[in-house]
Amino acid sequence: MSQIKEITIGDVAKRSADGEEFSGETMALNIGPSHPTTHGVLRLMMELDGDVIKSARPVVGYLHRGDEKIAENMTYNQFVPYTDRLDYLAPLANNVAYAIAVEKLAQLEVPERCQAIRVLCCELARISSHLLGVGVYGMDAGAWTVFMYTFTQREKLYTLFEELTGARFTTSYTRIGGVARDIPDGWLGRVSDFCDQVLPVLDEVDKLLTRNRIFMDRTEGVGTISKEKALAYGMTGPNLRASGVDLDLRKDRPYSGYERYDFDVPIGTRGDCYDRYLIRGEEIRQSVRIVRQVIDQFPDGAYYAEDAKKIFAPQKAKILTSMEELIQNFMIVTEGPRMPEGEVYFEAENPKGALGFFIVSKGGGVPYRLKIRGPSFCNLSILDDLLPGHYLTDVTVILGSLDFVMGECDR
Amino acid sequence: MAKTKVLERKPLSLAERTYLPQIVTGLKTTLVNMLRPSVTLQYPEERPVIPENYRGVPTLVKDPNGREKCVSCQLCEFVCPPKAIRITPGEIADDADTAHVEKAPKEFDINMLRCIYCGLCEEVCPEEAIFLQDVFSVSGYSREEMINNKQKLYELGGTLPDRHRKWDKKKAAELQGAAHH
Repeated sequence: MSQIKEITIGDVAKRSADGEEFSGETMALNIGPSHPTTHGVLRLMMELDGDVIKSARPVVGYLHRGDEKIAENMTYNQFVPYTDRLDYLAPLANNVAYAIAVEKLAQLEVPERCQAIRVLCCELARISSHLLGVGVYGMDAGAWTVFMYTFTQREKLYTLFEELTGARFTTSYTRIGGVARDIPDGWLGRVSDFCDQVLPVLDEVDKLLTRNRIFMDRTEGVGTISKEKALAYGMTGPNLRASGVDLDLRKDRPYSGYERYDFDVPIGTRGDCYDRYLIRGEEIRQSVRIVRQVIDQFPDGAYYAEDAKKIFAPQKAKILTSMEELIQNFMIVTEGPRMPEGEVYFEAENPKGALGFFIVSKGGGVPYRLKIRGPSFCNLSILDDLLPGHYLTDVTVILGSLDFVMGECDR
Repeated sequence: MAKTKVLERKPLSLAERTYLPQIVTGLKTTLVNMLRPSVTLQYPEERPVIPENYRGVPTLVKDPNGREKCVSCQLCEFVCPPKAIRITPGEIADDADTAHVEKAPKEFDINMLRCIYCGLCEEVCPEEAIFLQDVFSVSGYSREEMINNKQKLYELGGTLPDRHRKWDKKKAAELQGAAHH
């Protein structure tokens, strides 16, 4: 038992007169797992000296669902709904990344139309994710209104997703070897209309935040991550690019036909919170550019790989009228798509960073092992290095700027 | 190498340092948005427009002849990722006019507490018997209430026109003595 000692003002005065260090005792502070600034269920164990953070330790795992183990017990197509729940702010991008990973294992090429639909999905998901990222970041820093404007836009995007996939949020849109359904009539026009009206809103957000001194005072020079550190901690996505590294998998290792589209990779100069904010704003604009190019050169053809008879289930009309296709349907559903043996790793440039799937297959329709590399998990690992030295009030700003999602961090 | 765009920043001007232009811009933005039409949907008084092919509550449908389409092949039960569907297969009476359809479900339960509305059941169904329709809001006072049984599922589903007339064709072929078994 520690002894309680009464200290009087006189003691303190005497101590200071003696020139003793005034460090005092540090205080332990827990933020989360249930706290609005942690954007989910991140818990931060911090040691504070007054208002200054001495040490910080992120504790993750509160949203662990065992997705990787679940994947071992179901066929490749059945796992698609689970990928929605990784980065739940961009489910379409996860669906696409997973499908491409499994197709890489099967060495399957999907038709151009399918690729175009997937690029469209990825970029719309990126816009939706960054709209939320920027809006919520404004809110974290005290600018509440920005959130309302970006959320209105995001809602419009969700209506587009709803038309395309049947669900606003949990899209489950891709299948191994294609997508669940073709784009509806007139949908591309509506996406184009959305692009036309989202840019003025971005300018509005720009006006409210980008040159706002209050916002800049809170973000500039706060949470600076150097190039070397960002690379050392395995950061990816906008957070890495904000530190000045021009790594973008869409450019460096193009997939799904990204090499056909012209876009710039924005990079930051200092790697502070303000840079991370700027990057997201610019990435939305670049995504709009890509979306417009995809719509302009939208290819005809099938939305699924027609030659992959043992992977992509036959069309409904065939299943109902032809015995061969009916059997094929039963086989693909019960045994899963026919996959070769082997190991494959695929990374896609998701809104939050590089989402990777490592699949070990022993043949058959069920993965032997499926490992997910969640970008948010790696991005968060820098926290115990980044936070010390900052004020407690900066925690909100730094966490917001990293724009992580616990769904994919904990999986 | 990737084509990059470096995001440079300009130092704040003297005017910007005073916070004043920002306050004016902020007020202007708010005023402009006040005059724009409202985007809020006053749910539940106003209801959202549900697009075609929406994935709402899964239901069982009957064909225009009032016949159960489900033949309890249990493929949906198998594919359901969260294992929300439970089917007990049953026989059809020999003298029923649906006797040429081999089976029908005796019990068909969908646990709406488990269902994730992924639509895989509808996608795999070889009879087009299960559909995710436009009901998007479900609630109940107990766990039992949230399990949709066969009767409830047919009530929710109603009748949908056949997209592909499978059994009628078979029946007609059988009547002509050219049944392909």
